[in-house]
Amino acid sequence: MIDWSGYITLILQGAFVTLELTIMASILAVIMAFVAGLSRVSKYFPIRALATAYIEFFRGTSVFVQLFWAYFVLPFAGIELTPLQAGVSALGLNAGAYGAEVVRGAIKAIGRDQREACVALNLSRSQAMRHVIIPQAIPLILPTFGNLAIELLKGTAVVSLISLSDLTFQAQVVRAQTGSTLVPFGTILLIYFLMALAISYGMRWIEGRATRGLDGMRT
Amino acid sequence: MDWDWNFVWQIMPLLLDGLKITFLATVLGAGLAAVVGLVFAILRIAAPRPIAKLTSFVVEFIRGTPLLVQLYFIFYVLPDVGVRLPPLLAGVIGLGLHYGTYVAEVYRGGIENVPRGQWEAAKATNLTSRQTWIHVVLPQAVPPMIPALANYLIGMFKETPLLSAVTVLELMNQAKIVANSSYRYIEPMTLVGVFFLIMSLVSVFFLRLLEERFAPVEER
Repeated sequence: MIDWSGYITLILQGAFVTLELTIMASILAVIMAFVAGLSRVSKYFPIRALATAYIEFFRGTSVFVQLFWAYFVLPFAGIELTPLQAGVSALGLNAGAYGAEVVRGAIKAIGRDQREACVALNLSRSQAMRHVIIPQAIPLILPTFGNLAIELLKGTAVVSLISLSDLTFQAQVVRAQTGSTLVPFGTILLIYFLMALAISYGMRWIEGRATRGLDGMRT
Repeated sequence: MDWDWNFVWQIMPLLLDGLKITFLATVLGAGLAAVVGLVFAILRIAAPRPIAKLTSFVVEFIRGTPLLVQLYFIFYVLPDVGVRLPPLLAGVIGLGLHYGTYVAEVYRGGIENVPRGQWEAAKATNLTSRQTWIHVVLPQAVPPMIPALANYLIGMFKETPLLSAVTVLELMNQAKIVANSSYRYIEPMTLVGVFFLIMSLVSVFFLRLLEERFAPVEER
């Protein structure tokens, strides 16, 4: 009979690393999504081109390839990243590229009449963006961001392959030490699922708050 | 950081071998996902309530957990209960199951988007249920699904490097083997990235064509 208590601590440590990674990468992703998404609708061509290149590059290759590239190739260019840094940047930049398209779509979806009203009120472009367009775009963005956050959480599993001790990595350790497969993998599947559920409930709560007062304003 | 073209040409045949397996896995995975998706969609729409509920839960569970862990599960846990799968088959099953849940949603959305009136009109004109599906519902439900399905196909193609974790010798794994044996990471890793980038830029171009071709009538 295997004594599981030590292994439970190991798995929980992994869960903590996964959580940490998800949160840090999400923050980076949200920042990148807004920066790149707003750049996509900029009136200057170079900014638009740069944002497009970023988005196409990170959406064109999978997070796994990017992670390996960041971890194994960048050191040759003199940029040494710890596994955690490589993981956060690859996951964050990747999710940010998907998020940028969501931000752009939501901004485009705000009707012409709103823009015209801004012009009529003599708001500058940045004022219009900040006070009129973005506050209305947020409720459109949130549901998709929730899905992206879950995708990001699922993406964190690949960092185990660059020896960052997240949930998946710890499950492999437990497998190697005990020879049992069903218990470690079953457990972490469950933990991932619970985390995904927590994200979707959390996002629903935030959505509820963000759309408060907007009832009846949109069709 | 120095780039060595000789080395690039030397490893190219290996990488192309890997690329073949990558394509094979994508095609097989997509075929399986199309079938699995259909089964999930039918169970969720037409099965008795408890089974439909259970299917929903299974779909949610698969969508909420990482593909990598599912691959490990198939590859390491199933042999303990006597099911020993070759790596490629395990990978294809993983891809097919995971993306099948996404495909199921596309099917369901497509079918539910056919207006009620169409079903009622089919009934009013005395079509059999078979005729209703073949001549009324599917012709309207399938075209809008195509761009979404193509999107997931591209997504699946980009996820195939995960198969290297269960020892499938696809593009990423070949690159890793080359890199580990020669201690040169720059060329193989970058080439893998470039391969995927080219493939996905090309496929995005075709995706745009599909989207235009199958856009809803009012948007044309």
